[in-house]
Amino acid sequence: MTPLLEVRGIDKSFGPVQVLHDVAFSAYAGEVTALVGDNGAGKSTLVKCVGGIYPIDAGEIVFEGRPVQVHGPRDAGDLGIEIVYQDLALCDNLDIVQNMFLGRERKSGLVLDEATMEELAGQTLDGLSVRTVKSIRQQVSSLSGGQRQTVAIAKAVLWNSRVVILDEPTAALGVAQTAQVLELVRRLADKGLAVVLISHNMNDVFAVSDRIAALYLGRMAAQVRTADVTHAQIVELITSGRSGDLGLKNGITP
Amino acid sequence: MSKVKELPGEALVTAASSPSIANSSRAYVERIRGGDMGALPAVFGLVVLCTAFALARPSFLTAINFANLFTQGAAITVIAMGLVFVLLLGEIDLSAGFTSGVCAAVLAVTLTDMGMPWYVAVLAAIVSGVVIGTMLGTLVAKVGIPSFVVTLAAFLAFQGLALVLVNEGTNISINDPVIKAIAQRNLPPALGWALYAACVAAYALVQIVRSRKRARRGLVSEPISLIAARVGALAVIGGAAVYVLNLERSFNPEFASLTGVPIVVPVILTLLVVWTFVLRRTAFGRHLYAVGGNAEAARRAGIAVDRIRISAFVICSSMAAVGGIIAASRASSVDPNTGGSSVLLYAVGAAVIGGTSLFGGKGRALDAILGGAVIAVIENGMGLMQYGASVKYLVTGFVLLLAAGVDALARKRAAAAGLR
Repeated sequence: MTPLLEVRGIDKSFGPVQVLHDVAFSAYAGEVTALVGDNGAGKSTLVKCVGGIYPIDAGEIVFEGRPVQVHGPRDAGDLGIEIVYQDLALCDNLDIVQNMFLGRERKSGLVLDEATMEELAGQTLDGLSVRTVKSIRQQVSSLSGGQRQTVAIAKAVLWNSRVVILDEPTAALGVAQTAQVLELVRRLADKGLAVVLISHNMNDVFAVSDRIAALYLGRMAAQVRTADVTHAQIVELITSGRSGDLGLKNGITP
Repeated sequence: MSKVKELPGEALVTAASSPSIANSSRAYVERIRGGDMGALPAVFGLVVLCTAFALARPSFLTAINFANLFTQGAAITVIAMGLVFVLLLGEIDLSAGFTSGVCAAVLAVTLTDMGMPWYVAVLAAIVSGVVIGTMLGTLVAKVGIPSFVVTLAAFLAFQGLALVLVNEGTNISINDPVIKAIAQRNLPPALGWALYAACVAAYALVQIVRSRKRARRGLVSEPISLIAARVGALAVIGGAAVYVLNLERSFNPEFASLTGVPIVVPVILTLLVVWTFVLRRTAFGRHLYAVGGNAEAARRAGIAVDRIRISAFVICSSMAAVGGIIAASRASSVDPNTGGSSVLLYAVGAAVIGGTSLFGGKGRALDAILGGAVIAVIENGMGLMQYGASVKYLVTGFVLLLAAGVDALARKRAAAAGLR
């Protein structure tokens, strides 16, 4: 099976600090790929490179087997790559529909086509079996953390996206809301999307992921199938970059 | 979920959001409790002020004074309407007052000194506003200087510019009948009524058509009773205003009759409709709110944040230019003080009193008119009470502070209620 999204040999520096070294990463359609790593391992940087927020210094991004250029969020969006950031990037002063279509409003002529946008937003939320919001014309400021996360995810899948990248979607949520969001994550993959889940929480990772990619100090330590590894091995990969046969060979010292 | 229907897009609609007057009013009360006061403080302030002044000075309630309110408040209202756009982004334009002065000076110079026709002069004034706005906006958005500093510098510089334009302090009089008519003449009473009927009918039509369209597509639509109530309110208030403005208000009607709606009223209403449309019905307007609410989210959504910032300043400065033209028309002249002294603070005050937030992300074009009315009533009523400039400044300063306080407290309250 060829991966839907693949990056190869990515280097990225901020000034004198090299954050990513020769990173390779793949995500497959219909699967949840967990991207794990300690703080500062480069997870968010890698995601932002894929999403076109940061330009890459070297390496290539391959989408559906062909190399592509991603120069900005628009390019990523056009390919069908959507990122749900940790801080969600929702506008509190706008309602759910307005947020979901932000920057890509449907228009009829000069005027916003509110009715169509509302219909599509409603259908998307229904398609994800979201039943927790009172009205889709509610301001985002009045939503709970879990509801916001749901809106942010729904916003990402509204665009017939192929790859959805979720940055720590459960970090700020309670137990019940976490379960809801994880269920949603699984549903996205079952619908055929390639889902990339960034998480610190091993329980979440083992609960929903099909593959795990572990970053260690800006290098890809290992990409494995979740079924083939144990909890302890992943923790070892995160903390030391290697675990038995897995991981970086020529040990990298912090 | 109690009432989940099969129609797409409707499964999310529960009884809580189904349309009815009771539910709409409950939602409104909840919004106010949550700290979103909207137009309430301005309306409340207007009622209190008008009652107080009417009791203290019966002449406050005369037709001539009512008409004066419009011409007195017009320039400030228009400048405030432009400021709403800048405030929406959480920025400020402290130079808007003197921008209006500079543009008025450009108008006077092209009109009187250069002898150009009125439309060329108006165009020159507005183009000056656009240029000034582009400059301010670019300095804020591209260079990254805080708008407070950029416009404070412009506040000083434009005073100098205005002096240069009017030759170090001379007073340029304006004799063009068209320009003078804007703030000094009135519509014929019949035309006033016709315009009133057209406005009410158009408003009702827009509301009903939108509601019908939504209902046909199975979306939540406003109940017809709510629309009727709104249209009725507009019809009553507008009708009363037109009726009073059409009364004879000349002291000597045989010598010179004075009736009709001041021409500035349709001018301001047109601006209101245009900017309300831009803010509520276009992608540009949506993006303005988005940048004001969360600039980073807007940037990630692919919105050109810098361009939105610059255009907000352009709109603000060009509206200031229109305000300057109205001020010049009212005074029949332009001097270095046009747009100076309290104009800017009154305009900012008008926008904030009307309900526009100083923190960005919240505001409407209508706010400027509501707030402008409050400011005009204070200015006018205090004048009738024969208070001096000292008391006027003190009271207006206090009212501005009060409005900003209400804004800040509402925001705090909304945060406490988990609404922000």
